[in-house]
Amino acid sequence: MAEKIAGLTASRTRQDFVSSQDVRWCPGCGDYAILSQVQKVLAELNVPRENYVFVSGIGCSSRLPYYVNTYGFHSIHGRAPAVATGIKAYRPELSVWVATGDGDALSIGGNHLFHALRRNIDLKILLFNNRIYGLTKGQYSPTSEFGKKTKSSPAGVIDYPVNTLSFALGCEGTFVARTIDSDTRHLGEMIKRVGEHKGAAFLEIYQNCVIFNDEAFKEVTDRAVREETTILLEHGKPLIFGKNREKGIRLNGLELEVVTLGNGYTEKDLLVHDEKTADPSYAFLLSRMELPKFPIPIGVFRAVERPSYDHLLEEQIRQSTKAMGKGSLEKLLNSGETWTVT
Amino acid sequence: MKELEEKESVVIRFAGDSGDGMQLTGTQFTSTAAVIGNDLATLPDYPAEIRAPAGSLAGVSGFQLNFSSKDIRTPGDAPDVLVAMNPAALKANIRDLKEGGMLILNEDAFTPQGLKKANYTSNPLEDDSLTKYELYKLPITTLTVNALHDTGLTKKEIDRCKNFFALGLMFWLYDRPLDVTIDWISTKFKNKPVMIDANVKALKGGFHYGETAEIFKRHYHVAKAKLPPGRYRNITGNEASALGFIAAAERAGKPLFYASYPITPASDILHELSRHKNFGVRTFQAEDEIAAMGAAIGASFAGAVSLTGSSGPGIALKSEGMNLAVMTELPMVIVDVQRGGPSTGLPTKTEQADLLQVIFGRNSESPLPVVAPSTPSDCFAMAIEAFRIALKYMTPVIYLSDGYLGNGSEPWLLPSIDSLPNLEVRHPTADGPKFYPYQRDPKTLARPWAVPGTAGLEHRIGGLEKENVTGNVSYDPKNHELMCQLRAEKIARIADDIPEAKAVGCQRGDLLLVGWGGTFGAISSAAEELQREGYSVAHLHLKHLNPFPRNLGEVLSRFETVIAAELNFGQLAFLLRGKYLFDVKSLSKVQGQPFTIAEIVQGVKRFLKTEEVRSWQKKSLA
Repeated sequence: MAEKIAGLTASRTRQDFVSSQDVRWCPGCGDYAILSQVQKVLAELNVPRENYVFVSGIGCSSRLPYYVNTYGFHSIHGRAPAVATGIKAYRPELSVWVATGDGDALSIGGNHLFHALRRNIDLKILLFNNRIYGLTKGQYSPTSEFGKKTKSSPAGVIDYPVNTLSFALGCEGTFVARTIDSDTRHLGEMIKRVGEHKGAAFLEIYQNCVIFNDEAFKEVTDRAVREETTILLEHGKPLIFGKNREKGIRLNGLELEVVTLGNGYTEKDLLVHDEKTADPSYAFLLSRMELPKFPIPIGVFRAVERPSYDHLLEEQIRQSTKAMGKGSLEKLLNSGETWTVT
Repeated sequence: MKELEEKESVVIRFAGDSGDGMQLTGTQFTSTAAVIGNDLATLPDYPAEIRAPAGSLAGVSGFQLNFSSKDIRTPGDAPDVLVAMNPAALKANIRDLKEGGMLILNEDAFTPQGLKKANYTSNPLEDDSLTKYELYKLPITTLTVNALHDTGLTKKEIDRCKNFFALGLMFWLYDRPLDVTIDWISTKFKNKPVMIDANVKALKGGFHYGETAEIFKRHYHVAKAKLPPGRYRNITGNEASALGFIAAAERAGKPLFYASYPITPASDILHELSRHKNFGVRTFQAEDEIAAMGAAIGASFAGAVSLTGSSGPGIALKSEGMNLAVMTELPMVIVDVQRGGPSTGLPTKTEQADLLQVIFGRNSESPLPVVAPSTPSDCFAMAIEAFRIALKYMTPVIYLSDGYLGNGSEPWLLPSIDSLPNLEVRHPTADGPKFYPYQRDPKTLARPWAVPGTAGLEHRIGGLEKENVTGNVSYDPKNHELMCQLRAEKIARIADDIPEAKAVGCQRGDLLLVGWGGTFGAISSAAEELQREGYSVAHLHLKHLNPFPRNLGEVLSRFETVIAAELNFGQLAFLLRGKYLFDVKSLSKVQGQPFTIAEIVQGVKRFLKTEEVRSWQKKSLA
């Protein structure tokens, strides 16, 4: 934890980050839980309230900035990472967050998301994934399952869905994680990790749309099966899951494999989760784990350090100023070949 | 000693293959002419293909400059001298050369193969097609090889020095010193002494060849121009724009943020700005035009003197973001260095056809101020003017330059720093009166610019319609209309804060020529020529295109006929007609090339004649 910033009161609470605006999501929407955890984490992070900036695009998720009592910018569809990049590149001291959805981030905004991640610009990106277009009332999204029937796909979706985390890791995201809206404790923990990461932090949140895609993540949220269908990633701990923690993940050649402990396998055979592996290949392998063959990994896939774009830009400004001296307009105008007419 | 003849002005065009270094040759001649004290104007004209097949017509690159002992404003209608390095360059340019003009050819390039590449069926050096010119066939390649045979360079390397041989020859022919170019070569090849030696040898070789060879009987001199006193430098429009934006940021006391995606002919602004990080200039090469626009908006929200730049196709992509900037009422400047269109069109050629795009090319009621510089050096002042308006009125502003201005150059009388306007910026703090994000300044209607990091002023803005004053999201029908009116009224009020329109020449008369942007030189020169011939013609040049100066309608009404001359099919004419219900005529050209003075003179005369005929018809009918 960095040292306390002057002016921060120790008693900051979630309530300090509640704005005066009425929250207008559908009753039961997963966004409420996310908002609540975001507000709670903002109070815990060592950042003055006025230094937080929330930027969003278009969609239900993108209304979030209105409800957080900080600086906020509700921009245009898919462009939030670009707007946020401008803010952060100019004011590195600000804590800049992006709230986005699967349509916003991965469809219209796919290009901007890619570049924000590969530049490692210090943005906290929360992707609310509900596998549907909510605000436009129920069309399929880039994360919708193949074959899914929606208003715009009565015969079934024939687009192959994007694997959100494989994409983020393919962009060399320095922090890539996944959580679930209904698991508030884990959700809060992940948002906090996002807030503390220096560099582009990407968190996929499985979020339930009660109106157009209710129970889309039932397989991983249902308490009855959750322990069998998810696996919690914890740094330094072996990849174990199952009701009785009897199953694990091991590496067999270049592929992952589910094994049952006791059947000739012990904990020593299992992969030990290392979120700090510099090469993203390991995290990418984890991102390929899908039901029914594998449990869905929840937690931090990758968290590595690499200088951020905004930091490097500031460094170039410092170095140039050092090398050339602080810019003088007089000198600049008079540079090159000049001559005097009398 | 050969005879030295005095000339008032000379127009030279260098033409060769795009790999021949013609742009360099042209700019070096320009620098020398500038340092000597000539007035000058240039027109680089290069192909969109980086390297079209060598020797082909598609690969011809040209650079025209007009240097003079008097005040000139255009690169000249037709060259007095054409230097053609190969048959393709000859073929592509010969129709422009003045009759009796000097034609200098690199004879070595007129091989059967070279002629074939240029689609010549007979050798123009042998048939009679060039008899109306003062023709000089010189073996420039051979002469360069002879001059450089002992440098140790390969044949290919030597061949690339032939442009300096040609330049040296032109320096002798027009009595110019070599030192400016020698200095340039020495700096450019600082770490390659062999190249300094070779290029200087080639340059001197050309110069001495002119003096000693029994080819040219005389050479020429163009005296210094009588320019207003002061310190000068030669500058292109894109450079001047970049310096103007840096100056604006300095005068506003804030670092400049420039987000851009490379596009011809705007990229040079990005190149220039990225060299000046020691001014705190942050340049961001975005992934696309949309991202560049978004980043400029973000930086502006964060408090930057914020800028994005492109050409027409990129502006089309930015328009969604431009509307977000309109809705959020954030200050920034959007540069459009126009080129020939539509679509990819003519990337390296000039046009003025984005005017309606920048005024109308967005959904809903979306007024934006538009300013346009008139000459390369005016780009500096208008860049500052664009930011003055943006920061004072809290609005995005369109800065409408064009390829002709951006790439063209002229001598620039350097302004004193003290003469530049102060761009005052105030950010509210929590100590002031109660803060509302859309509470307006009663005079300018600007909203307050509260920036993140200011405790107590936390607020949210975005693309949804705002409630008046509070800035909260509002779907109220009456409020929407009111907000549209307020945004329109804010831009309209800028008319009271810009110079009045002024006709140059007679203040009332038969005909007023109205122009805007980079056609200033050609139109003003044409108007003067018409005035000298006794026509009652005045010229009015608009640098503020939205809003128009408040007296514009009144000025137009003082003339019998108004013609808008522009490099499009009448976009300004359309706006003037719509706004002032005045029958504005259009003089247009859409060829990717600037107006010549003669085209405008002839166009106006044709028009005056028609009017005469018309009024005669009217009378006879009555």
